[in-house]
Amino acid sequence: MAETMEIKIFRYRPEVEKEPMFQSYEVPFREDWVVLDAINYIKDEIDGTLSYRWSCRMGVCGSCGMMINDIPKLSCAVFLKEYYPKKICLEPLTGFPVERDLIFEMDDFLTKLEEIKPYIIRHEGEEKALEEGVYLQTPAELAHYKQYSMCINCMLCYAACPIYSIDSTFIGPAAIALSQRYNLDSRDQGRDSRQDIIGSHAGIWDCTFVGECSTVCPKDVDPAAAIQRAKVSSTIDWFKEVLIPWGKKK
Amino acid sequence: MSPYQKPFPNNWWLKRMPYFLFIIRELTSVFVAGYCLFLLVLIYKLGQGPEAYGSLIKSLTSSTSIVLHVIALVFVLYHAITWFNLTPKILVIYKGQDRIPQWLVAGSVYVGWIVVSAVIAWLVVGT
Repeated sequence: MAETMEIKIFRYRPEVEKEPMFQSYEVPFREDWVVLDAINYIKDEIDGTLSYRWSCRMGVCGSCGMMINDIPKLSCAVFLKEYYPKKICLEPLTGFPVERDLIFEMDDFLTKLEEIKPYIIRHEGEEKALEEGVYLQTPAELAHYKQYSMCINCMLCYAACPIYSIDSTFIGPAAIALSQRYNLDSRDQGRDSRQDIIGSHAGIWDCTFVGECSTVCPKDVDPAAAIQRAKVSSTIDWFKEVLIPWGKKK
Repeated sequence: MSPYQKPFPNNWWLKRMPYFLFIIRELTSVFVAGYCLFLLVLIYKLGQGPEAYGSLIKSLTSSTSIVLHVIALVFVLYHAITWFNLTPKILVIYKGQDRIPQWLVAGSVYVGWIVVSAVIAWLVVGT
């Protein structure tokens, strides 16, 4: 008889049940299956009502993040054999309102992402005209921000961050890491326009450096480090303002 | 049909070891602050004269005081080591396009710690 594995999944169908519940499914155990393969099997073969997000199946799109046995992970990047013969429990990412089953609302993250202006900003009048060509950058300049540019917006870092779950006004790891990605870009001049949000209490100062955001990041972005580096920059700003009031403030 | 907001338990820090260790790290700050206060009291007593200072020093030889000092030492060491290990995340140094290895940054902090501790030990014990 083929080996099987139990998968317990968080179910919430607002038109059916007021409170969420868990439903267990028996799936075939296959060495080469990732958790997402098992969920797809459930959807195709056992229960078509199950709702979840996925797309690329290869750790690039960032859609299939969920709590797998209480740890935020991309379900396309974890094999069943890592848990077998124990059972697997799947829940939507912690800290976000749940719309349906494993699908959570990401509006809050998207709003915050927009607020930190994740694009290159130039001072007025300093933008190159198209015919002048691209902004050149050396490999050394690229190295300063490349790590932070690897973020795929999967939101695992938010689910790992207890601060965000306690206080949802916190801008959060990915958004701050992305602001650093642009602040450290030699072509960007927009740090001042991001600083009001990043330097606020809801920005970097809400972070107590738990560090789990970096542990769960599937792309080694290290948002915890980005936040602490932003704290150092903000502190230097403050000292400049206090000690050198006649100098350049930022 | 409103979205469901899963409650976040107050004992979240007991659910996973990294969260627990984080809370312990935060808790050690209390011992660091407490020992700073103790050192201030020591200086204050020194200012009051040899008699006041001497009686405080004598009280420190009690077993209660020694136990409290050992506990404080353990927590302060945990505090120092965990923060030293986190230093490379904050202190990011590039040489050209290569980042200075994290172990080198952390290692230099440990070397600094050993040097300062040795100098203080020499001042206290050696002179």
